[in-house]
Amino acid sequence: MDAILIQLLNGLDKGAAYALIALGLTLVFGTLGVVNFAHGALFLIGAFCAVSFQKVVTISKKILDPNITYFDAYIEQPYLEIWMGDTGLAIIDYAVPLSLFFAVPIMLLVGLAMERGLIQFFYKRSHAEQILVTFGLAIVLQEIIRHFYGANPIPTPAPDIVSGSAQVGLWIGLGDTLVYPWWRIIYLISSVGIITAVFSFLNLTTFGMVVRAGMADRQMVGFLGINIQRKFTIIFALAAIVAGVAGAMYAPILPPDYHMGMDFLVISFVIVVVGGMGSLRGAVASGFLLGVLQSLAAMTAVSSILPGIEQIIIYLVAVIVLLTRPRGLMGRKGVMDE
Amino acid sequence: MLIFTAAVLSMPIWLDPIGANYPDLLQKFAIFGIFAIGYNILFGLTGYLSFGHAVFLGVGSYTAVWSFKLLTMNVIPAMFFSILMAGIIAAGIGYVSLRRSGIYFSILTLAFAQMFYNLAYSVLMPITNGETGLQLTMHDPRVIDVAFSREVPEGLPSTDFFGISMNGYSGFYFCAVMLILAFFIYLKIFRSPFGMKLKGIKSNQKRMKYIGSDTRPYLITAFVISGMFAGLAGSLMAVTDPLAGAERMQWTASGEVILMTILGGVGTVYGPLLGVGIIKYLENIFSSINESVLNNFFSFMPQWGESLLTSLTMPFVGEGWHLTLGLLFMLIVIFLPGGVMEGLQRIKDSIMNKKNIEESEATAKESSDG
Repeated sequence: MDAILIQLLNGLDKGAAYALIALGLTLVFGTLGVVNFAHGALFLIGAFCAVSFQKVVTISKKILDPNITYFDAYIEQPYLEIWMGDTGLAIIDYAVPLSLFFAVPIMLLVGLAMERGLIQFFYKRSHAEQILVTFGLAIVLQEIIRHFYGANPIPTPAPDIVSGSAQVGLWIGLGDTLVYPWWRIIYLISSVGIITAVFSFLNLTTFGMVVRAGMADRQMVGFLGINIQRKFTIIFALAAIVAGVAGAMYAPILPPDYHMGMDFLVISFVIVVVGGMGSLRGAVASGFLLGVLQSLAAMTAVSSILPGIEQIIIYLVAVIVLLTRPRGLMGRKGVMDE
Repeated sequence: MLIFTAAVLSMPIWLDPIGANYPDLLQKFAIFGIFAIGYNILFGLTGYLSFGHAVFLGVGSYTAVWSFKLLTMNVIPAMFFSILMAGIIAAGIGYVSLRRSGIYFSILTLAFAQMFYNLAYSVLMPITNGETGLQLTMHDPRVIDVAFSREVPEGLPSTDFFGISMNGYSGFYFCAVMLILAFFIYLKIFRSPFGMKLKGIKSNQKRMKYIGSDTRPYLITAFVISGMFAGLAGSLMAVTDPLAGAERMQWTASGEVILMTILGGVGTVYGPLLGVGIIKYLENIFSSINESVLNNFFSFMPQWGESLLTSLTMPFVGEGWHLTLGLLFMLIVIFLPGGVMEGLQRIKDSIMNKKNIEESEATAKESSDG
């Protein structure tokens, strides 16, 4: 029972990351009609925003170690600690959450630059060409990251206060054997928060209403005198921010390396297709669904019956769904029909 | 066709001046040439963008190595079984994936490719030998070799074609002959009614259906044929180097063949081969450059300029070759979606136009003079 619950939480966690990327992908697809293979790279850039921020705040000065007196031993002390004492240490400790303040504007800029600089020229081209050019862009971004940060995963720890585990079992009355890392719980909660925020932005604000109208009939909205193109560009930037924040917050869970974007992208794409191209709810639902399925399939009880199933379950589900429900679980009619 | 044969066979001679004349690279040209023309049969003719073609390459390699291990070191059975296996698997994947088209088809093939790739590392470990890769060992049974009591050399045997060892140039010539055969078939397909049907599917599938031809069998056939080409390429990889690893099946490998096809020119006859040549040649050059080579190259500059240029170009060479590849990919898709072949066509057109204009001007002048 505990094992199932743990895997359920793991799955929800993974699913949250998938859902956030898939949400952005399908948002971009629904508004701009562009299949963006570089969306995983945005997740990657977000994660490396956290890494860079941490690197910057921990720039250190070599000082003599006062504890060792026999010979000259040096330890590294971050400048922030020297300048600001305990406040500096706290900043270093909270590097990942603080990096969000720095990640959001960067992702905004990256998103705008990407849309204005490249994507806007591909609205009218075929989907194959969109896939190919964004695939190229993804390779370029990934290789740039590799050039600066190397090929190894970079551990980016969460703040000390949440590095322990929460007594999840006690909360729901299942005994104290069931524990779960705090940061993952925070990640899950904030992902749900972000998803809710995006949905309420689209459903409750005037801006969101115009965007939804544009998704349904772009030409008509244009006739009404609204510059729908600009709104869509902002939506692209929003999707970039969502992916970036997801990446930055995922850094403590999985040490970022240069190909994490591609790894997540392939799965997220499958998720978007399973959920139904252009359907936001479908993307989120299938993200969580497939994340949970993947985690449950990784349990020993399951993998002893069907070895290797955890590796392929997502793709298997995708194949089955696409063959039985061609438009995906919640696909809308008229979007990407052949 | 004759010209093509001559061109391929004389590759060691005419590639010598640009420093591409060594067997390893030449073999790669030939092998990836087969892979790319096979891919072009699917993508170029029908317009179906498959992201999973590397699977067939990997399957071909594994099958070939198994044939070396179990049956004989002769390459003919290995190639035969590879093509057969790749064809069977292509039929399976194609049967399922081709029910959808457009981006769904791409995602389905991608899903299958990832499935095979992941399985190769987990459940299929006994067949694929996981991360180490499948290798020849001293204890392989090699039933046929034993039955015909062929003399066993000391150490690991090398692959051979009825006694001719497949190393170095002989390996290349074998691949080259295979490339020529494959190209011949490919040309026949291009110019056959079957090829016309495939082109029809690309330009308007709906209309094809309206005029009463069921497109599905044609698509599956095209998919299987291109899978078989990939299987042949995979087996040749194993022939020249009897080792098979799962990284050949990763979806980036599929991306590479797409890139080659696009770079050369999708749907053109010679384009994919051109793309293979350009990419493999550049890869060879770029990934071998290191800092000292760059320093030498820029040594005509003053000291500061030299170091500046070196540090500027450093990210693009050596390890960073993929960065150059990605940039090249983007530039081609943005500015020249038809690939190099389209570029050549454009240049030719502009020259012809110039000539035409000059001629017409000349005639106009004459007539006005007269």
